[in-house]
Amino acid sequence: MNETRVSIHSDADIITARRMGRELAEGVGFGGSELTVIATAISEIARNIIEYAGSGEIVLRQTQQGPKKGILVIARDRGPGIPDIELAMQDGYSTSKGIGLGLPGSRRLMDEFEVASTVGKGTTVTMKKWVA
Amino acid sequence: MRVPILKQGHYLIASIQSALTDADLLQLRDDLAEMAGKYRSRGIIVDVTALDVMDSFAVRTLRAIAHILRMRGARTVIVGIQPDVAFAMVQMGLTLGDTQTALDLEEGLDLLERGRDPRE
Repeated sequence: MNETRVSIHSDADIITARRMGRELAEGVGFGGSELTVIATAISEIARNIIEYAGSGEIVLRQTQQGPKKGILVIARDRGPGIPDIELAMQDGYSTSKGIGLGLPGSRRLMDEFEVASTVGKGTTVTMKKWVA
Repeated sequence: MRVPILKQGHYLIASIQSALTDADLLQLRDDLAEMAGKYRSRGIIVDVTALDVMDSFAVRTLRAIAHILRMRGARTVIVGIQPDVAFAMVQMGLTLGDTQTALDLEEGLDLLERGRDPRE
């Protein structure tokens, strides 16, 4: 199975992650605007790693469910964690200098979206999109 | 990568050439603010044709550029947003607010030439 890992340490890595995501998604069979949608979602969650945790990694993988093919994106960090995930998923809520669209915005771009976080341990965002 | 900024009469034209890091975008904001004062510019065009992604940070920074320059007496027009990029922005819920846009450089210059924005 196709898998790519990108370490996220600086804002330049955000660009690498979304470029790799676009390439992998193209290989999976996504086209046109879907590639941009996926790259944008990756950009948002990669920036969240930089802003809140300082560093982490993004795993990009081809995934399959029955006849459906898709892309799986996992963003992992060992940052401070999110005390209230429900609050963090609200539009406009941000504890950093952002506009608070990172998590809710990415959720709107992808088909499946999950956040798991433990305060003091870190955060993992898992998102999927299926080829239409 | 620093964005080249071209002075053309009363206008400044910033042509983004490739994907920009967050630091590059902030540099563009600062460069435009400085140059607009130095050259007494009345209009600024930011050409984003080369951007294949406009995420919340890019949109926020472009909005900030337009607001800062308006306070300095200049109008900003964002040109060249690609159709796929526009689609992703809308799906995500990102807007450019009251920042003016045009299809391409030519339309953007035309908009500046025509003077006041009818929405103002």
